[in-house]
Amino acid sequence: MSKKIVATTSLAGCFGCHMSLLDIDEKILDLIELVEFNKSPIDDIKVFTKQCDIGLIEGGCCNSENIHVLKDFRKHCNILVSVGECAIMGGLPALRNGIPIKECLDEAYLNGPSVRHNHKGIIPNDDELPMLLDRVYPCHEIVKIDYYLPGCPPRAELIWNALVALVTGDELKLPYEVVKFD
Amino acid sequence: MSTLVNFKIDGVDCLAEAGIYLVEAAAENGIYIPTLCNIQGVKPRGACRICTVMVNGRPMTACTTPVTMGMEIQNDTPEINDIRKAIIEVLFVEGNHFCPSCEKSGCCELQALAYRFRVMVPRFPFLFPRREVDASNPKIIKDHNRCILCKRCIRAIKTEDGKNIFAYKKRGIELEIIIDPELGGKITDELAQKSVDICPVGALLPREKAYQVPIGRRKYDIEPIGIEDEKK
Ligand code: SF4
Ligand code: SF4
Ligand code: FES
Repeated sequence: MSKKIVATTSLAGCFGCHMSLLDIDEKILDLIELVEFNKSPIDDIKVFTKQCDIGLIEGGCCNSENIHVLKDFRKHCNILVSVGECAIMGGLPALRNGIPIKECLDEAYLNGPSVRHNHKGIIPNDDELPMLLDRVYPCHEIVKIDYYLPGCPPRAELIWNALVALVTGDELKLPYEVVKFD
Repeated sequence: MSTLVNFKIDGVDCLAEAGIYLVEAAAENGIYIPTLCNIQGVKPRGACRICTVMVNGRPMTACTTPVTMGMEIQNDTPEINDIRKAIIEVLFVEGNHFCPSCEKSGCCELQALAYRFRVMVPRFPFLFPRREVDASNPKIIKDHNRCILCKRCIRAIKTEDGKNIFAYKKRGIELEIIIDPELGGKITDELAQKSVDICPVGALLPREKAYQVPIGRRKYDIEPIGIEDEKK
């Protein structure tokens, strides 16, 4: 059986979900028998070099670059999985949802208690910078997502069980202890 | 002496005292009917509809319906469980439930129901309403982002002379819980604790007592909500 090809990315996330994937400990050796990684921070491949079977998305969409990467993943991955609370519902970055973007930027760059050296009152607005979105979007509000793995981060066992199920085609095991939102 | 009645839940023969509510009658027979707004010993309100069962073919709330002779009840069926799951999902999307940063996480009944029903993602779009946190009371922090308007606090928390401390304010989508500034300001430690314990979610929180139980040892980390009933 040829190995399934996996791609991963972190959008508006903290890399905690990727860390949780690495938390499968010695099973990582089984994992590399099972799958081959393509575009992913794990192997540092920066662009897709082939069509992938599975794409794991960490983080929601808070800026234009996140949207671009997510759409690229949808195009290059047959199955797309939202991994973690941020991908599923925006997570902690979405605490700003409901607050107008100007208020957020003013707080961050002008009025916040930790603002010190911004005497000219500049709010970063360079063309090179990705545009902030009006709010943080769950991934499934931008592209079609096939599966969801909740948790902050999802338990390593849940990610492992899901990968094994996707690779083997067996039903996903969902014991009570692995489905958690924190 | 009280009379006993026979009834059936999902085809299983059950026996209970006539007139007690279906949730209790089921529990006495080792069957869990999920509840959220209900509090044992306090007059039921039927606010959340999680406990919906089919009684002789019609949907009824099990927390408000007394058991009678010969009732045929459907409880644990795919259709009913999907209705329950949908209600849980509605509650998640219409508030702001950031479980990873919530002090109630692990001990929250709404979250525990979501775990039990394996809610992986709500089927409805998130609303992200803008809601406030009110820390004006000296003992209780009130977070409207997480309030599910179950009315437990209104129904169960009274002063010694029977006055309400909690009440509703406004209407419709703006409906919210308020604490009586005068009675709330004088609330005893005991009653403040009872209030935060009775709130099924993290909408009423005590001061300076957050995150005391480590992850892995919280109420719903290992065992699902409802297991006490099923173990009977
Ligand atoms: S109240 Fe419950 S469901 Fe809401 S954020 Fe807190 S733990 Fe999660
Ligand atoms: S504050 Fe808590 S107990 Fe009161 S209505 Fe809201 S969720 Fe229910
Ligand atoms: S528990 Fe019966 S309606 Fe809420």
